[in-house]
Amino acid sequence: MTLKGNLKEFSFIQLLNLINLAKKSGALYIERPDVTCRMIFREGKLAFAELGNEQLPLITILYEAGLISTAQKELLSIRTAAMNEKAAGIFLISANYVDQTQVSTLLMTRFSEVVRKIFAWEDGFFRFEAGELIPDGRIPVHMDLENLIVEGARRLQEIEELKSEIPSLNMALKFTDRPDAEMRNFNLSVEEWRVINYIDPKNTIQQIAAAVKMDEIQIRRVVYTLLQAGLIEIVRPGGMPLRLPEKMFPTQNPDEQKSLVNRLIHRIRSI
Amino acid sequence: MQTQTVKIVVTGPFNSGKTEFIRSVSEIDVVSTEKKITAEAEKIKESTTVAMDFGRITVDDDLVLFLFGTPGQKRFDFMWEILSEGMLGFIVMVDSTRPETFKEARSILETFRAYAPTPYLVAANKQDSIDAWDVEDMRVALRLDPSIKILPCVAKKKSAVKTVLLELLYGILEEMDAAQSRSDEGA
Repeated sequence: MTLKGNLKEFSFIQLLNLINLAKKSGALYIERPDVTCRMIFREGKLAFAELGNEQLPLITILYEAGLISTAQKELLSIRTAAMNEKAAGIFLISANYVDQTQVSTLLMTRFSEVVRKIFAWEDGFFRFEAGELIPDGRIPVHMDLENLIVEGARRLQEIEELKSEIPSLNMALKFTDRPDAEMRNFNLSVEEWRVINYIDPKNTIQQIAAAVKMDEIQIRRVVYTLLQAGLIEIVRPGGMPLRLPEKMFPTQNPDEQKSLVNRLIHRIRSI
Repeated sequence: MQTQTVKIVVTGPFNSGKTEFIRSVSEIDVVSTEKKITAEAEKIKESTTVAMDFGRITVDDDLVLFLFGTPGQKRFDFMWEILSEGMLGFIVMVDSTRPETFKEARSILETFRAYAPTPYLVAANKQDSIDAWDVEDMRVALRLDPSIKILPCVAKKKSAVKTVLLELLYGILEEMDAAQSRSDEGA
């Protein structure tokens, strides 16, 4: 029977736990309107993971890890252009560019990154296709899930706390009015400086996250730190004065609205 | 003529005094959806609101003010957005004697602020208690901007509740005047 549902009801951590404990083999698909994630498991261990079409050639992965130079990357890209990942891996190992452990470690790191991205997903339809194997030509890994589950559980707790501090990403940020606060005296991280650059009541936190390419957890973490440091505060977006919503009054006539509030004041005074 | 209705929402953490606040000024017995508390950890009081409290103040033949109290426990927060729809403003009740709830109060305030750009204020409840925090200390702890009103309150005292409601209404009038001035300047 196919295992399927929504992450809203059954979290990704619970899914990983189930796959791990039941030593399941097959493919887990998690679908959102904009992207699909596929993970392949062999007897409860992660063998492969991909998010959307994020498929980096093995040569690029080696290059990004600093294992080959730019010149080698260009040369090897041409040499392995017609090869699938597995063939390219065998070629690179036999040519002594890398060993098997290094390839395996790099792929595990890459697959872990995919899993970490899914930790932040609170909804998305999932289905588990039992028995589905890793795509042809891809290199499988054999990765224990326990550490990822523990890390995921910690992150889930962190997400809960951050969401409680910053419930809405549709709000904006502004610098606090602290004439004594010298920004340069604060020891901020690169991520924090990147966010600082976009702090303006006109930008929502969501927009800042998109501009600095951060996910919901990353942006909440940075905003939380800046809030705790007393550098910023959360404000309504737009940088404009409060614009009262139309629905709050049964009438749209400003004079009638004012009269209504004055009648309320008069009545409450008389209680 | 059809009776016009407006509403003010009273929100805040569990056991902050929302039901009592509404009860102090409502002309009807508060329609409450209280349930007996079963969780040991939350047994500060015998019962809690699970859907909403509902109070009413009739202004005249044409106008009625409804007071809605939100459930304080986090697991009933799906009601918050429904209750906030079309509100005139909101009051965040905070128990001045329980600093462990300040973080949650701040979170609730931010959540409601995101629902609708309506005026709001914070009522520092249980100020008659010897353990009550000073209002200005609470302002710092709740990270409230100096422009946001935080008022001392004792929810069981009608006069204190009236003051809080009036301050919120004065705030609404100020916002309306400011909007009018901006409109006149733009014309």
